[in-house]
Amino acid sequence: MEKILLLAHTEADGSLGKAALEVLATAAALGGALTVGLVGEATQAAADQIAGCGAARFLAVTGEAFGQPRYATDAAAAEALCRAADCQIVVAAGTSRWLRALPGVAYRLGGRVDTHATSLVQAGGTPAVTRWFYRQRMEAVLSRTQRPWVVLLDPGCVAPWSGVSGGAAVLEQVSVAAPATRTTVTGYQAPKADEQTIRPDAKMLLVAGAGWTKKQGDGAVHAAEAEQLIVGFLRKAQASLGSSKSLVDQSGEGEAVLSCLTHLNQVGQTGSTPRHAKGLSTCCHGEEPHVVGWRFVNQRRAINLDAGCGWARGKADVLYVADAFEVMRHVNSMLGT
Amino acid sequence: MSNPFQIVVCGSFVPDPLQTLEPVAGPLGPALKNEMMLPAVLDPWAGHALFEAANLAQKAPGSKVWLVSLGAKAKLQQVMMTVAQKAPFELVALDGPATGFADSFETAAALAGAIEGIAGLDRARLLLFGGWESASRGAGSTMQMVAERLGITEQFQGVDQIAVRDDGSFEVLERVEGGRHQVSVCSAPPALLGWATGNLPEPRNNPQVGMANMRTVMPALQRAKAAPIGNAGLAFASVTLPKQQRQTRIVKDVPAEEIAREIVAWMGEE
Repeated sequence: MEKILLLAHTEADGSLGKAALEVLATAAALGGALTVGLVGEATQAAADQIAGCGAARFLAVTGEAFGQPRYATDAAAAEALCRAADCQIVVAAGTSRWLRALPGVAYRLGGRVDTHATSLVQAGGTPAVTRWFYRQRMEAVLSRTQRPWVVLLDPGCVAPWSGVSGGAAVLEQVSVAAPATRTTVTGYQAPKADEQTIRPDAKMLLVAGAGWTKKQGDGAVHAAEAEQLIVGFLRKAQASLGSSKSLVDQSGEGEAVLSCLTHLNQVGQTGSTPRHAKGLSTCCHGEEPHVVGWRFVNQRRAINLDAGCGWARGKADVLYVADAFEVMRHVNSMLGT
Repeated sequence: MSNPFQIVVCGSFVPDPLQTLEPVAGPLGPALKNEMMLPAVLDPWAGHALFEAANLAQKAPGSKVWLVSLGAKAKLQQVMMTVAQKAPFELVALDGPATGFADSFETAAALAGAIEGIAGLDRARLLLFGGWESASRGAGSTMQMVAERLGITEQFQGVDQIAVRDDGSFEVLERVEGGRHQVSVCSAPPALLGWATGNLPEPRNNPQVGMANMRTVMPALQRAKAAPIGNAGLAFASVTLPKQQRQTRIVKDVPAEEIAREIVAWMGEE
């Protein structure tokens, strides 16, 4: 059985995030000897959080320089942990931080990397990764002979590890000199809390299509009302907002736009494929390439004037053939304040 | 903005997103059915990287843009007929597979080798651009390995904006979790920027730019070196299309209020 290294970075509060705990669950299920490698400004609390996970060793690269998500420092820390742990399989969560740093680390180690894995299991005695190709349009199962094999698992694919913490972990500090870097992280830009339309942990995803900004039954465009209805729904349902490419692209094409939308909201072929329990698509049109945007949404319903719409037929559980403006007015009214 | 940049964009083509894709088993591993017959477009994220590069080069006089592209020569030529009209660049072509099943490690080696071979490239002023992922492999791992091979350790992924300051440093906005951007300042090149969508619309076709580009595109295609990607050590156990087809219940001729009531009830279900 091959040795496994779980790489995890701490969150701003020093704990391990849900995505890291999901990968821990996967790593523990693989069956090999497990080493945990932690990176952060402070790492003891994170180690204690998972002290009872059965890991044989807890390694850490700790220090102020390693608190910020930045390629040079993250890659140096991860490389040092991999070398110290000397494991054949390295698993980590597909966070923006690790997705930035770990492919380069795999190169430094002479290994290989696979990202956006949705599963990592033992198949016939060797680890096998499942991941999607061509933007979630085909699914492959693959394995590699090169080691170390770095695998980044997409968040939301498995239940997070939920064992008891088990007290204080014995943490071995791995000494790494912070590499010289020309990059300084200066902060974050985010919409105000009540303007935030991307909520990865939301139960509901509302997908807005280009139909919201097209001429309606009265021959006029009602973009302002569309925005009011969409934002109103998001606030009342605490839902996340996704959009088709055609709608977010309109801002660059001089057409009516919804100011609540940016390219960050885009789902589908060139956007994200978020994971939510429920999804409600409104005014979306299109075929297979766009539908991948809600491939990982469990329960799906759609409102559309076209009963034959490719977004919905065979893809949604329920298709309401109706005017989304009218339906959403009632929905918002029923959801109250 | 007085400091010119040497901007190298890595990007290749992908099947037109509107095409139906079907995996088949080929002699060298998985492939797409009728792959060479499928209409192709420049990878969307690589396209954004190219447009951002052209925009940046325009703002920094003396800058130059190269497009390093790995793909079957015939397809590259076809795609370049369109891409060449969008932005000024010099093509560096590699003749090899652009399939999503090609390994990123070997692809990175081929791309890095091509960049190292660019005559007169000032590596101290290099900004390496590419898509943060491709619409084929979708791994988001190739560019980091290209940069590592070139000794570049200032790396950014999911970039939506670069703003160059008077002192030559530049501020970068990278996408991170929760719909936020991480803001970083890099004091100087070289650096890698893996682009998300950025903020620029796709440029209109400019026949004059196209004419100028095609003077170098055709010779570059003729000079394209073979870059086989062997996928050593990589084995695909299966490649399948998702089969799940849902039984969609169609609700028609029902008042909007009743539909709304059903939706609200559904939202409340566990």
